[in-house]
Order: sequence, then structure tokens, then C-alpha cells
Amino acid sequence: MTVELKQASKVTRGITHIKPTSLVLETGHFNVLLGQTGSGKTSLIKLMAGLDQLASGQIFMDGVDVSKLSTQKRNISLVHQFFVNYPQMTVYDNIASPLKVAGMVKSEIEGRVEEAAKILQLEPMLKRRPQELSGGQQQRCALARAIAKESRAVFLDEPLANLDYKLREELREQLPELFAGRGAVVVYATSEPEEALLLGGKTALMDDGVVTQFGTTADIYRKPENLTAARVFSDPPINSAEIVKAGSQARLKTGVTWNMAGPAADLPDGVYTVAVRPHHVTPVAATSKDVALNGTVQVTELSGSESSAHFQMGEDGWVSLAHGVHPYEIGEEHAFYMDASRCFYFAPDGRLVA
Amino acid sequence: MKTENQKAWFFVLPVLLLVAFNALIPIMTVVNYSVQETFGDNLFFWEGLGWFEQILRSDRFHAALGRQFLFTFLILIIEVPLGIIIALSMPKKGIWVPVCLVTMALPMLIPWNVVGAMWNIFTLPDIGLLGYFINNTLGIEYNMTRSPVAAWVTIITMDVWHWTSLVVLLSYAGLVSIPDAYYQAAKIDGASPWKVFRYIQLPKMKTVLTIAILLRFMDSFNIYTEPFVLTGGGPGNSTTLLSIDLVKIALGQFDLGPAAAMSLIYFAITLLVSWLFYTLMTKDDAK
Repeated sequence: MTVELKQASKVTRGITHIKPTSLVLETGHFNVLLGQTGSGKTSLIKLMAGLDQLASGQIFMDGVDVSKLSTQKRNISLVHQFFVNYPQMTVYDNIASPLKVAGMVKSEIEGRVEEAAKILQLEPMLKRRPQELSGGQQQRCALARAIAKESRAVFLDEPLANLDYKLREELREQLPELFAGRGAVVVYATSEPEEALLLGGKTALMDDGVVTQFGTTADIYRKPENLTAARVFSDPPINSAEIVKAGSQARLKTGVTWNMAGPAADLPDGVYTVAVRPHHVTPVAATSKDVALNGTVQVTELSGSESSAHFQMGEDGWVSLAHGVHPYEIGEEHAFYMDASRCFYFAPDGRLVA
Repeated sequence: MKTENQKAWFFVLPVLLLVAFNALIPIMTVVNYSVQETFGDNLFFWEGLGWFEQILRSDRFHAALGRQFLFTFLILIIEVPLGIIIALSMPKKGIWVPVCLVTMALPMLIPWNVVGAMWNIFTLPDIGLLGYFINNTLGIEYNMTRSPVAAWVTIITMDVWHWTSLVVLLSYAGLVSIPDAYYQAAKIDGASPWKVFRYIQLPKMKTVLTIAILLRFMDSFNIYTEPFVLTGGGPGNSTTLLSIDLVKIALGQFDLGPAAAMSLIYFAITLLVSWLFYTLMTKDDAK
């Protein structure tokens, strides 16, 4: 099973929502669409689902052109961010609704609904109405409908965004096994880099209506093709600053210098942008090679067992993220240590160069 | 430490006074009249439940009540489905939305007696635009002052023209509040337009429709001005609805006792039907 986009684009009333995009999505793993709000994830899903018309290009499913095919004939499922269920129907009827419309025999419908309800632990609630369920259960009901339908492609558009933290973690853990071995192409849109990493599979980075990079999630995380991709795939936001390279030395505007090693050392002299993830900037030096950055602490946050600090150094704001609880005072001068071997270097046009 | 005194009563007083003046005292006056007989000169004689008995046994009351229920039933059966159909066919976005909404709201802005006068002139067979057209161009005899059927057709049409907009506006408000996601889900399931209406639009419109039907029931059951101006209850008694009959008894014949008893029965019926309807419609949600 595959879903393939060939130069597909979407334009509504003169506004381009999706620039010509080509992408091949396969079954067997999660296909994550990662991008900030407004980057075009939902638009792309609606194009693939057939809810919106293509302005140009084509969409193939299993090699067959479905560009002109109506939504229901594409045999797909869509789970929204809000919990969309038929309010007057019981959970059972909700899960069974697409099967009934398809004209399936009653015994087969029963079998499929029961299986889906079992996987999603909805068995005790089959006779209830959606509004009598909790948010998590309502979303499970929507997921069960997608599973029971056994469609060719399942689109999950930020399905966990409206759930509370605990439920989100729980359901996110279950998602990959829910769809494993079902043969459907699973597309999962999210704005959280962490979710992409947890769900694995492949990731398509989206920015401003275009897929900027597509590949195995781990690869994309390690080698963002450009500065935008690096920014999208980092939470808290990636640190970036302008440097001047002279010989093997990199110099920040504030005067901090370090030796560039590996392929970065071979770059021609000039102006570059350095980017480093917040967890490679720590309040304690790991090795003697780490580069010391002195800044003024401005905002601090504790989340779980990690502490982050936003600090100002010269004109640039930096973020540090470290394990453990570190006591910072707002306004204090603090030294942070950057692991120079983890730095990305980008050319002035945004391309990754080392 | 708590101070205990009776000051709280003063805070309740304004509401008590307000309720007394706008509900209790007027109603109690009517109750007072309904159990007594008066010949003027401020002389009253105790009558007990006699007037109630008389009204409830009177054929004239039964006939008016029957006409009243028929009228309300007819306008509801036309206005509710028609209102829903119009609301469904109105645009959801774009510049036509305000145009449609204002056009819809217009009939409701016209004073009731003006509506009656308008339709009266409109349907006159000799000089009225509609009356002339039906009688002379179509060749169908249509005269509201002679034929009871023509009178009924006219008051029903007038009410539909005047009040369908209310159902339209309320249904429309219910419709636009449905998120797109529901329609998308239906599209993905391949649900037919009827199924979309039955399982998405109708359930989501239920609350506003309940209110719309309730308002239309109460208003049409108590209707007075428009048919009074239009037909005056005629020809004969054919369009004498409850309120028109009541005014005839109270002000025409000056039978204050029976009129008061009839008012209370009238009020009780309106209240009972509204309560029954509302309870039935909201029974599911309360569970």
C-alpha cells in the first residue's frame, strides 16, 4: 500500500496553501508530518483524503491515479483533533457507521466492531452515546471507527492535541501497535518534535506549505538539511547565531571562539550560522573541550527532571536544557558550556554545510 | 462572629415587589373576577366555579379552542420544515450571508397590526394586488370576507410569511455552529445528504429547534392582532380564534366573570402544552 503525491498543490482563492509537493508514503511504519501550526499539515491531509481539490499535480494510491476520485471511493479514514462522533448514535453504531454505509452484512459488521472495541478498550461503553464518554474515550471511539473500516490510508490529524498529558502519553504508546500489520498507510500530523521521535518511522518536515525534508525520523533529526528544518525539529527551539570562520577558528559576535573539528574545519573562511540543540548547552562542562558561554539568565523552567534556562548573550537569546534540577537566579551571570562537536553549520542561504 | 438580624428581607423586597406588580396582582385580579359576578357599581356576588363550568361546557368555547389548535398545528407543520429547508439552503459564508439574514429578518420587524392591514389590502379582490391577480387573472374565486376557506388560507399564509423567519434564523444559528470536521467525517464515510441531515444536522439543531417550536407555539396560540385586523374573526365565526373570542366576551359583551374564567383556562392550556413539549424534548439530555 502506498500513497504518492506528484507535484501536488492546493490553491484557494488565489492563496497557495500547498506548494507543489512530491512525497511517497508507505505502509509498515508511521509517516509523521511535522510542522508548526499553519505549515500546511492539515491542508496536505485534506488533499490526500480528497476533501479538497488539487490545483495541480496528481495523487496515486497503490499506483492508481485517484486525483479525481471522490473521498468515499478512496477508502480512507480520518481522525481529527476534535472528537468527531455522531452525537445521536451509540458507540457501537458510531464504529459501525462506515461499514453500514458500505453495505456490509450484519455478522461481519459485528465482528469488526467487536475487534476494534476490544483493541481500544471500548467494550463496556458500546451502548453509550459519545457525549457520555470522557475525551479520551471519545477519541478512542473515533480511532476504533478508523480501525474497523480497514481503509487503505489512515490520516491522524493531531489526534492527541486535545487530550490531557497522561492520556496523550498512554494513547501515543498504543498507536503504533494499533496500526501495526494492518496494511494501511498511516499519516500522523503533529506540531511536536517529541511526538515524531517517539513514533519513529519516517518524518516529513513541513514549513510554509511545502515538505522541506523527508526521510527516516532519526536521520532527519541528526542531519537537518537546512536551518528551517532544524528549527522545526527542535523543542525548545534550536539555538542559532552568526559566526565568522577564520582558519579552523569560529568566532561569535561576542568574541567567544572555538576550534572547528571534522568536516567543518575544511569549510572556506566566511560567515556561517551555527546551530546547536538546547540539550547540548549545559550549565556544567562535560569535557574540557566544551565552549564556555557566559550569559544573563532571563527565564527558567523546570519540567519533570529537566531544567531549562533562557539566557542572553550579546544580541542573541540562547536556551540551555539539562538533566537534573539546577538552581538559577533570574538576572544572574551564569556560565553555560556548549558541546562544539554537536554544532550544525549552515551557509548564509540556510543550507547545511557541516 | 456572626451577627444575626432580619436585614436579608430587605434585599428580597425589590424582587418581591416587581413580581407582585407584573405577575401576581394582575393574575389575582383575574382570579378574583373569575369566581364572582358583577353588574357594575362595584357590587360583587360570589359565583364559585360556576363560570369555569359554563365555559368548559360551552360549545362556543370548544369551537374556538378547536380552531385555535388547528391554526397552531397548521402553522407549525408548515413553518418548521419550511424554516429548516430555507436555513439549509442559505450560504454559510461570503457576502450573501448578511443579505440573506437581513432579508429574512425583515418580516419580523413589521408591527403586527401593520402586517394584518397589509395582508388585508393585499388580498382585496378589487384593488389588492394578490386578490385581483387570483380573481381576475387566474380566474379563481377568492374572497376572504365571504369564504371561510379563503380566510383560513389567508391567515395561515400571513403567519407563515411573518414568522417562518424566526425558525430560519434559529435553525441557521444551529447549523453554522457545526464544525466542518463533522461534514468531513460524513464525507469520508460516504453518508448520503439525508443521513448527514438525520445524524449530524438535526441532532445539532435540536436545542434551537426546541426553542423555535416553543416560541412559535406560544405566539401562535396567543395570536390576536393579525387575524383581528385581517378578518375580524369572520366570515361568521370561522376564524374566531381563542383570543378573539375572549375579547368579544370581555369587551363586547362585558361578561367579566366568564371572560376571566376563560382567560385562566386559556393560560393553563398554553402552560400545560409548553411544559409537556419542553419536558419531552429535553428528556434525553437530562439522563
